Amino acid sequence: MHEYSIVGSLIDRVQQEAVLHGSTRVHRLHVKIGELAGVELDLLKTAFDTFRERTICEGAELAIDSVAAVWACPSCDRAIARGAVLRCDTCGRPARMIHGDEIILERIEMEAPDV
Amino acid sequence: MCETCGCGDPEIVPVEVQERILSDNDAQAAHNRHHFGDLAVLAINLMGSPGAGKTAVLEATARAAGGRLRLRAVSGDLATDRDADRLNAAGIRSTTITTGSACHLDARLVHHALHHAPCSDCDVFFIENVGNLVCPAIYDLGQAANVVALSVTEGEDKPLKYPVMFQKADLVLLTKVDLIPHLDFDVDAVEDALSRVMPDAKLLKVSAKTGEGIDAWLEWLEVRRPARRLDAKSLDHHGHHDHSLEHGHEHSHEHN
Ligand SMILES: Nc1nc2c(ncn2[C@@H]2O[C@H](COP(=O)(O)OP(=O)(O)OP(=O)(O)O)[C@@H](O)[C@H]2O)c(=O)[nH]1
Ligand SMILES: [Mg+2]
Ligand SMILES: [Zn+2]
Ligand SMILES: [Zn+2]
Ligand SMILES: [Zn+2]
Ligand SMILES: [Zn+2]
Ligand SMILES: [Zn+2]
Repeated sequence: MHEYSIVGSLIDRVQQEAVLHGSTRVHRLHVKIGELAGVELDLLKTAFDTFRERTICEGAELAIDSVAAVWACPSCDRAIARGAVLRCDTCGRPARMIHGDEIILERIEMEAPDV
Repeated sequence: MCETCGCGDPEIVPVEVQERILSDNDAQAAHNRHHFGDLAVLAINLMGSPGAGKTAVLEATARAAGGRLRLRAVSGDLATDRDADRLNAAGIRSTTITTGSACHLDARLVHHALHHAPCSDCDVFFIENVGNLVCPAIYDLGQAANVVALSVTEGEDKPLKYPVMFQKADLVLLTKVDLIPHLDFDVDAVEDALSRVMPDAKLLKVSAKTGEGIDAWLEWLEVRRPARRLDAKSLDHHGHHDHSLEHGHEHSHEHN
């Protein structure tokens, strides 16, 4: 249930930004979570709903942008099909992940008088 | 103007952040990595399901290492000191990191343990993570390599079911291979599954019970061990590098 500790870090980060911008209210957070990030989206939402109470995020919405895993060959850029062996058929090199392990806070929509 | 929730508030602004949510842990892990570098020690994050045989592999490693490698360990444990006690008995100086309800170790916990169990005279520092096939992989601890213990009793499909941990692994130890004759375990099937989730899949078959494969594992460690440094620095904390990084760790807290 590391989703709870991720939400803890998320809210701390949002709090810092809010202070920086003199904001007292956050409307929405946009986060990007990769398919291979090891984060369960449902658990993340539940954790957020629980932890946001009495924080700067009280009442805020969590918008999750989920990102599919994409692998490709680092030499010839050939994409690896989903579920296939993670090695390039042509070059024999181990594939590299292009996306899919993101756990990113992208953007915060806040009431900010002095931005 | 707020265009998202329709509140019509004129003062809603988007603030771009674009940062990893675990950036604090990343920074602490980088700090740990710096310590391991200064100490010229190979730090290994050993992960796997509960009961996969992590502690048993380390016990067998200590038996086989003799004088070849000087070993230290910390064990993440929810509540007990059992693993650290076993490792101490096997000759690996060990301490426990009590995680309480946490399902994983994080870089801050490892940093604290590192200061209480300095490893200035060791070659390999094992971090036995909490038994869990998901969460530990998400937290960088500052290790040089991730090793996942997968036991033959868990089934060949585990890499496909838990791709996150295997994708991050530098090596998979297939443990308890002495049990294979008693099971329907297909080593080819697990190798195939690994090749679909781990880009440069490496599997070593080991048995803590018979000692099979432990030499190959020791060799894997020896190849990665940093060269011993004559100037290897101690972990005397506030001397050798700037601890501006979250280092309010002045040891003012209670230890028991
Ligand atoms: N037959 C056989 N049994 C083993 C082997 N290695 C471990 N076991 C058994 O597996 C069980 C779990 O081993 P541990 O070493 O405690 O596993 P662990 O991964 O450290 O467990 P946690 O730290 O509790 O997650 C014990 O009962 C061991 O005796 C092995 O090589 N062969
Ligand atoms: Mg153990
Ligand atoms: Zn977890
Ligand atoms: Zn290629
Ligand atoms: Zn609004
Ligand atoms: Zn430090
Ligand atoms: Zn301390």
